[in-house]
Amino acid sequence: MQVILDQDRCCSSGQCVLTAPEVFGQSDEDGLVTLRRARPEPGLYPDVRLAAVLCPGGAITVEEATGTP
Amino acid sequence: MVTTTPTAPALALPAAHGSCPFDPPPAYDQAARQGAVTPAELPDGAFCWLVTGHQEVRTVLSDPRFSADARHPGFPFLTPGRRALAVTNPSFIRMDDPEHARLRRMVTKDFLVHRVDAMRPGIQRIVDETIDRMTAAGTGADLVTDFALPVPSLVICLLLGVPYEDHELFQAQSRTLLDNRATPAEVEAAQRGLTGYLTELAARKRSHPADDMLSRLAAREDVSPAEIAATGLLLLVAGHETTANMTALSTVALLRRPEQAARLRADPELLRGAVEELLRYLTIVQSGLPRVAVEDVELGGTLVRAGQGVLAMLSTANRDERLFGAPGEGAADELEVSRDARRHLAFGFGVHQCLGQPLARAELQIALETLLRRLPGLRITVPEDELVFRGHSVVYGVDSLPVAW
Repeated sequence: MQVILDQDRCCSSGQCVLTAPEVFGQSDEDGLVTLRRARPEPGLYPDVRLAAVLCPGGAITVEEATGTP
Repeated sequence: MVTTTPTAPALALPAAHGSCPFDPPPAYDQAARQGAVTPAELPDGAFCWLVTGHQEVRTVLSDPRFSADARHPGFPFLTPGRRALAVTNPSFIRMDDPEHARLRRMVTKDFLVHRVDAMRPGIQRIVDETIDRMTAAGTGADLVTDFALPVPSLVICLLLGVPYEDHELFQAQSRTLLDNRATPAEVEAAQRGLTGYLTELAARKRSHPADDMLSRLAAREDVSPAEIAATGLLLLVAGHETTANMTALSTVALLRRPEQAARLRADPELLRGAVEELLRYLTIVQSGLPRVAVEDVELGGTLVRAGQGVLAMLSTANRDERLFGAPGEGAADELEVSRDARRHLAFGFGVHQCLGQPLARAELQIALETLLRRLPGLRITVPEDELVFRGHSVVYGVDSLPVAW
């Protein structure tokens, strides 16, 4: 899985940080979403997928790996 | 199939509440059963679409083909007072990006998750002191005026830099701004009062800055005094009325389901999830979020034409059985504190989603946990049918909540 951010669409609602704090952060400078890890461990997949669904601005895209790595 | 011809008579808005004070007005429920997008008529006679389904509400609130800018022709106003407010108020809640993002991003910093987490000990202290004062004054109280309202008011005052001593002034005027029965003249007077107060306060902060949000805004050259006042007004009103009503209504909802309250007392770990479920179940922004289509959009099989108004009904979206009716979890119209309710839309959706939600969550978690723990014998001292629910307000709630412990 790869996580891609579009900071221009971020509205700093904090949903991603609450849902998957291991993967997402918020910049102290301007409050925009930051990525702690672009390729999270499989155990985090459900939380990351939910964070993408909850993101009100549609700033988080999850690319699921196809086939064997 | 895309239909453009309404097949049912338009529902007259706003609809009245039914016998259960926690359920959305029955007419909205009925509309939701007819379809996710149904025709409705505003009090001024204008046509608008009532959007009741979870997915369709998400689309309306996140698709830029629906505008939040009240200056667009066709924008739906639920009351003449709301029209008066929208025309004169330059708050970012009624703007589209990039104008909206410019103003919103000036205040996001104070609501970041880690900043709010750092505020938790301070919020806990405010909650404890408020309960201390309440219990020291007697064996009973009005939970609204003695607890639910002071806690978020004190917190937002600290954050914004507004003197809490002025709370009676801004609480009364906030209430008028949110009251669907208020006339345009009353709404304009309340707005003028609050704007004048905040403009004066911001001017004082400019010459004597402190460590608060209004001081930081006042120090900026790229934001006008009118924008500062409108932003301050939005945060002040949204910061106390919503959380106050959520706290009071949540208490009523938990006390009428004592087994759910008992589970929370036994296992405080459930509290975070329970707050999400209470947000879903109560959905206090009940009259719908207004938007106007700026292009033709197909929505849930219905063609919404450019220039037509839509009302995104959060309350029915949060009772959508396609999402919140999973077997074993209870029906969507039941409160179930262990339900996974995280996809609720109580804070809205899209770029306008509530900026203060980390703070609202922290306040609700701390206030409800402390109330349940410190007052195990808490009970309502009047029959439920004597409670006066605020069906006339943009923010639903209860006017007064007599309790003892």
